[in-house]
Amino acid sequence: MNPKLMAALASGRLAATLTRTLHLGGGTVLPGHVAARLDPDALSELSSRLAAGVALISGTNGKTTTARMLASIARVAGLQPVHNRAGANLPEGILSALVDASDLVGNLHGRLGVFEVDEAHLPGAARATLPRAVVLTNLFRDQLDRYGEVDFVARSWAAAVKDLGPDSTLIVNVDDPSLAHLAESAPGHLLTFGVENRSLGNDSLAHEADRRLCPVCAQRLDYSSCYYGHLGTYECGACGWKRPTPDVAVLQADGADNGTTAVTMHSQGAQLVATLPAPGLHNVYNAAAAAAAALALDLDPASIVAGLEQMRGAFGRHERIRVGGGTLTLDLVKNPVGFNQALRTVLDPDLTVIAINDRFADGTDVSWLWDVDFERLAGQEAPVLCTGLRAHDLALRLKYAGVGAEQPEASISTALGRALERTRQGGQVALFCTYTATLEARSWLQGQGLVPPFWDE
Amino acid sequence: MMRLRLVHLYPDLMNLYGDRGNIITLERRCAWRGIELAIQELTLGGRLDPSQADLIFFGGGQDSEQAAVSRDLAHGVGEEIEAAVEDGAALLSVCGGYQLLGQCFRTRDGEEIPGLGVFDAYTVAGPKRMVGDVIVESPICGEPLRLVGFENHSGQTFLGPGAQPLGRVLVGNGNNGADGTEGIRYRNAVGTYLHGPLLPKNPGLADWLIAAALRRKTGAATTLQPLDDRLEQQANSAVATRIGKTGTRRSSIH
Repeated sequence: MNPKLMAALASGRLAATLTRTLHLGGGTVLPGHVAARLDPDALSELSSRLAAGVALISGTNGKTTTARMLASIARVAGLQPVHNRAGANLPEGILSALVDASDLVGNLHGRLGVFEVDEAHLPGAARATLPRAVVLTNLFRDQLDRYGEVDFVARSWAAAVKDLGPDSTLIVNVDDPSLAHLAESAPGHLLTFGVENRSLGNDSLAHEADRRLCPVCAQRLDYSSCYYGHLGTYECGACGWKRPTPDVAVLQADGADNGTTAVTMHSQGAQLVATLPAPGLHNVYNAAAAAAAALALDLDPASIVAGLEQMRGAFGRHERIRVGGGTLTLDLVKNPVGFNQALRTVLDPDLTVIAINDRFADGTDVSWLWDVDFERLAGQEAPVLCTGLRAHDLALRLKYAGVGAEQPEASISTALGRALERTRQGGQVALFCTYTATLEARSWLQGQGLVPPFWDE
Repeated sequence: MMRLRLVHLYPDLMNLYGDRGNIITLERRCAWRGIELAIQELTLGGRLDPSQADLIFFGGGQDSEQAAVSRDLAHGVGEEIEAAVEDGAALLSVCGGYQLLGQCFRTRDGEEIPGLGVFDAYTVAGPKRMVGDVIVESPICGEPLRLVGFENHSGQTFLGPGAQPLGRVLVGNGNNGADGTEGIRYRNAVGTYLHGPLLPKNPGLADWLIAAALRRKTGAATTLQPLDDRLEQQANSAVATRIGKTGTRRSSIH
């Protein structure tokens, strides 16, 4: 036994216990920090002990949900996943999950690692964990104050893909042209997913689309079907480069009023039919990504269907909270594409509350609010309440969208207090929050005894 | 009904972060005054009629898209933009659009990409990215006008000796992080690094552009009907207060 690793495990576990006993949080990051200090190789050492290997999930949107779906499938298949389920997706967060699943000498109770990874940290995480499967969900504009431009993330992923071992499988969404292009340089196996049903899409790209040019020759791509963002079926009229036919294809997706989605997928001659406990086409993409990853890991179709159906959503992912006779739904929103998708899934609330913060974890630049289709709310009668550190920016955006908003209320807890009055009268409240606003809102709701801490979800 | 035409240059390629907020703002502020703003979207392979363009908007893009736009401008559109500006058209260019309207852009490898030369300014690829909130004081409307916004660029732009900046930087970097200038103004054309939705929180600048476009269209000076800008001013002040409290905040770029 490696003494450095033992010291790292002992200290990491102590850090986890102290954090929770002192009510400093869920211990989802600190143990990893401490363990990496004492043994810089702890992440690769512990990862190598996972008998069924590691799957990494990255992308702008859908990381957390896709990882939860894959972990749920793995659990049904009897693989005891080790999973950074609270969304701590930097290397320290992954290591924290491993420390948590390890005894003091490094024996893991768990066989498969299911780790979501921050976009910029994918190359490092892949080098350390030598994954069997790497899933890339999509690449949209997000946190440009941190990355500079979308191409920065694309270059970082290209570096990660090039270094993948010959035994690992790259799983990509081919409806995203930048990912389809990236897939061509995968040194090992490749498994693709996408939507093959034009009736689910539109004829033209939304303004939110980031990719318009052919990645090969920089001429305009022609889309025959557009789903959302720049996801769709495309081909280049100039050089002939086009979207490959996906290995895992979504043939049908029907949303029901109760927030579930019936989905039919086709893969290698087999049909997968499941009812997802989540709304929206974005969750259909997440399910296709998780199913493709499960197939790459040789999991059986019955476990895939059962795992998808039993999946429980993460905090802030269209989370339904019962209050009095009413319901509060909480959606975490981080970028235009995600916010637009969330707006599509919320039906006719009695009050909409939107909380926008601009701390580092939210993105310090709130310009993206102008890429969100708030015009969609213009017809609705229900009032909109703007809150958070950038409540005024939001109120201004709504004014120009033709949405009547109430006077901005910067304090999130005051705004939530008003929301709860509505739900106690049996009303439906839709709450949209940026990342730190979600933590603030949940912490306040936790104080009211309405939700458990996010790390217990 | 008065009708103005706005040409939006390459909206599908040069719209990095909320640039469409500027278009929405111009359109609404015209509509609230009974002016119809017709929007023409011009993209790769399109042409512009200089006599018909009262207002032109040119947003920012990524390096890869900007290269495609630069090639397209060389096929006549560039000269048409220049003719419109010389004829008094109002123009707002942001970040990448601003750079392309200058004399040239020198890349990190020392290669010089020629610009349109509408502005007496040149840009060099800088060693670091300048990211963060910006506050600028601009004399463009006569009275000092406080402009608030956000910048995110690595190019450093330097103005020619006779060129007039849009304003003076109070917080942030502006053109180059060295000489305290931000943006440029030439005739009714403005270039700036305040990206994304610049006009919503800075209605004075929005109205300056609309008034210039009306002057061009009608040949006579016009006074714009005032609007209720309380929410705009509150949002402007809220940012200034927040930046004042926290100091200028910088994000790290990996």
